Amino acid sequence: MSDKKKDDMSQKIEEKQPKGIGRRSFLKGSATAAFGLAASGLVGGLGFPGIGRGDTGKGPIKIGILHSLSGTMAISEVSLRDVVLMAVEEINAKGGVMGRKLEPVVVDPASNWDLFAEKAKELLLKEKVAVTFGCWTSVSRKSVLPVYEKNNGLLFYPVQYEGEECSRNVFYTGAAVNQQAVPAVEYLMSKDGGSYKKFYLLGTDYVYPRTTNKILRAMLLAKGVPEKDIQEEYTPFHHQDYQTIVQKVKAFSRGGGACVISTINGDSNVPFYKEFSNQGLTSGDVPIMAFSVAEDELRGMDTSALVGHLAAWNYYQSVKTPQNTKFVANFKAYCEKNKLPGGKDRVTDDPIEAAYFGVYLWKQAVEKAKTTDVDAVRKAAYGQEFLAPGGKVKLDERNHHTHKPVLIGEILKNGQFDVIWKSKGLVKPEPWSEYTSPDKGCDWVDHQGTFKKA
Amino acid sequence: MNGFQIKNSVSTAFAVLTLCLIIPGVFFCADRADAQNTVPERLAQAILNLADPDGEVVETAVFALGESGDPAVLPILETLRERSLYLWLKPDGVRTVVIGRELINQGDISGYRVQEPYGGAPMKNKEGQPLFLPEAQLESIRLSRRLRIKITPMLDRLRLFSADAAIRESAATKVGLSGDPEALPMLDKALNQEKDRWVRFSLTEAIGLIQLTDPDPAIRKQAAETLGKIHAMDAIPTLEARIKTPDGGEAEENDIAVKAAIQDTIQKISAWQVWARTVETIFSGISLSSILLLVALGLAITFGLMGVINMAHGELMMLGAYTTYIMQEFFVAYLPPGLKELYFFLAIPLAFCIAALFGLVLEKSIIRKLYGRPMETLLATWGISLILQQGVRQIFGAANVDVASPSWLSGGLRLAVGIQLPYNRLFIILLSVIAVASVYLLVLRSPIGLKIRAVTQNREMSACMGIATERVDAWTFALGAGLAGMAGAALTLIGNVGPDLGQNYIVDSFLVVVTGGVGKLAGTVGAAFGIGGLNKLFEPGLGAIYAKVAILLLVILFLQKRPSGLFPAKGRHIDS
Repeated sequence: MSDKKKDDMSQKIEEKQPKGIGRRSFLKGSATAAFGLAASGLVGGLGFPGIGRGDTGKGPIKIGILHSLSGTMAISEVSLRDVVLMAVEEINAKGGVMGRKLEPVVVDPASNWDLFAEKAKELLLKEKVAVTFGCWTSVSRKSVLPVYEKNNGLLFYPVQYEGEECSRNVFYTGAAVNQQAVPAVEYLMSKDGGSYKKFYLLGTDYVYPRTTNKILRAMLLAKGVPEKDIQEEYTPFHHQDYQTIVQKVKAFSRGGGACVISTINGDSNVPFYKEFSNQGLTSGDVPIMAFSVAEDELRGMDTSALVGHLAAWNYYQSVKTPQNTKFVANFKAYCEKNKLPGGKDRVTDDPIEAAYFGVYLWKQAVEKAKTTDVDAVRKAAYGQEFLAPGGKVKLDERNHHTHKPVLIGEILKNGQFDVIWKSKGLVKPEPWSEYTSPDKGCDWVDHQGTFKKA
Repeated sequence: MNGFQIKNSVSTAFAVLTLCLIIPGVFFCADRADAQNTVPERLAQAILNLADPDGEVVETAVFALGESGDPAVLPILETLRERSLYLWLKPDGVRTVVIGRELINQGDISGYRVQEPYGGAPMKNKEGQPLFLPEAQLESIRLSRRLRIKITPMLDRLRLFSADAAIRESAATKVGLSGDPEALPMLDKALNQEKDRWVRFSLTEAIGLIQLTDPDPAIRKQAAETLGKIHAMDAIPTLEARIKTPDGGEAEENDIAVKAAIQDTIQKISAWQVWARTVETIFSGISLSSILLLVALGLAITFGLMGVINMAHGELMMLGAYTTYIMQEFFVAYLPPGLKELYFFLAIPLAFCIAALFGLVLEKSIIRKLYGRPMETLLATWGISLILQQGVRQIFGAANVDVASPSWLSGGLRLAVGIQLPYNRLFIILLSVIAVASVYLLVLRSPIGLKIRAVTQNREMSACMGIATERVDAWTFALGAGLAGMAGAALTLIGNVGPDLGQNYIVDSFLVVVTGGVGKLAGTVGAAFGIGGLNKLFEPGLGAIYAKVAILLLVILFLQKRPSGLFPAKGRHIDS
């Protein structure tokens, strides 16, 4: 909150070109401009982070939604915008947060990583949002990270990711590697999972699969799987031709005991699974365990080739809890009411649930802190618990990640998952894997983020 | 003992079923079928025990059923695996196990027409009508994945006599890999009555694998020789395990003659594996080439012949793919289920027409005004591609849509042991051959083609000769667009249908056309096969990413050497 920082910031504001403002956000912007001016007049002397994001106002609290609504990632991210807006509607219907309504500001970074940073700046500096819910891909998160850290913003990130990150300004409501990939592979190795002995690690070539597989390889080696029984392979984004790879899997699996661990992303999945079954491999012989295939993606797939294969997540639409039944029904009704594409045929999945309860965790933290000030909210958020649709979740007391259950699901004909295994209780998140970085930890209470374990 | 009974009860049940299929359900019912059917005492208890909360009891029950060797338990084990076995809690507290395969609605209530677990006959109520049970009264019986995996070998033995050849075949392979000598008599029996070539192969392989552990060295030697003769690729790990141990100790096989036979067999099979791999690689190369050719063919006309840098080429493919989707939805909604798989036949010509029509409109409204201004064309068509993408997103949503390949295009053609050529890829190869042949005939061997070539070579001169150049331009562009649409329809067989389908192929299309030599059909064909073939040649060694990098490097080097491509256009073009 130094004056120097304030100067930096005002300079930034002047530099920023008012380009790419949609009609909607423009209207919103002008409607609240008067309020913003008044607020900054009031607290002007207190230093920058207080401006407009402080706890002085009685008007609506602005929150940012930073998800791609166009471009390649729209397929996944649009649903997250929808569910966050639904949560906001629910909260507003019950009187808002501390008696103040939430006012969502939706921007479209269009699946463009540079635009993500630009839009994040717009949200923080121009709109002065109290919190942002956003990002999907790791590269988009890495792109906005400096913006949030420099301006002391707050981001709730709802997607499972590769870990090895510990930011003061981000709360991770998706799974770390030890809450998804590691237990999934342990399950496949167990008697219940089928005692698989050979592992084909197949992924799309970017940071999440590479890091996840690095951790998995270290773990498999630590558990005594010989090097020759681990294969690792990557394909470019949008790869369509899986002939050679499936031939390799076929050769690898001769004699039985082999499984595929897939971190293949997005639109490469259908060609892969189709080729897999057309070349005569089945889920009974060689199961594919996927970390990036959820209900929302299965919605646009011909699932016949996927049935019987596995996935690991922390939530499925088919989870049977009273609050989930209500959540799923509400989401379908919300999509139908607002005439969103898909309407009542829309489904929920893990990132959708994580985005949803993220809003509530933030609300609880604000109510505990009695302010929307980022530093106060951050501290109040530690240890917050919430009864999410999939069951209770809890923000860790120190490391900004979320305690979640782990569920293995089998893909059914209708694009839903049958839960065949569930972890005992919640799994504690480990941003730094014990297999690749045993000496590192993440702690924002006794340390400043990532620290070296003694 | 009960083959006849089952047949009997199935046929009577079937008669009853056909009589009263339409009669709405009665939820109140007694199970007359129970009384009729003579389930062996031991099995009846085991069936009930499947729903026991105690895992041990369930496991014992599963084994009792699986090891009974009674084919009538097959429906129980199968539905257990599929999770369509239910416990029916009657209001009076009696527990009955039933099969419910497909969820249906009767009135407002969803439930199942249930079947007898033992034998799988439909159950009836007091009135002799099919018994309908609402979902709420049923509790799914579920097994741990471990138990479900354990059921598999039991199911496999029972399935050796299934009516479906594919099921028999996979059952035989699995029984063989299990190496259980007790399965031998069943395998022999199955082999004696088997007619199908591939099932016979799997059965022979299975018998060979099991006989490798026979106490008699002569039988072991013979088994090894048989495995070699039929090129049993799945047998290699077992064969190697017989003569090698991981820690270099004493091998399991100690007979020298058998050892030699096994060694010989491994060599034979390995040689066959190399051969099979080669055939597969060549096929992959041809398949990839045919896809590249199909997606580039339209561009070879719009860009190659006409010189329009059409960045919306990929989006025209996307339109074709969405046409296929609409056709599928239309067939599913309005035509009887038997006909719905035929949608694909109609989708291909329709995708061609829709994309061609769109191309025509595009040419008449925008591209016409930009001839001879390549930069403006590039930007304008790129803009159009973005508009089309976002338009489709608005109408169909950002998520991909689900186009199910017709069932006759899933699976593959088996040429020999270890070589399976997927039908969808064979179909695309055929389609691209037909497309290239048609384009060749149209452009190079028909009067229309003559006009097209005349106009693209020298517009002014052609106009002087009385050719309506504007019309020829419009139709040529429409042809290119139509071919893109058709490619899009074909691509639904191998990939996703989504708003950015076109983006995945646009770079490849340009790559093929530029490498081939702009304006040359033969060049496009040559380049497609060159790029596709080399890609598949590199991929096994380099991996998917570096294979692509290598291809791009090669193309750059090639274009340095021959800037106008594989087959440069000869003669004097007006613009050169």
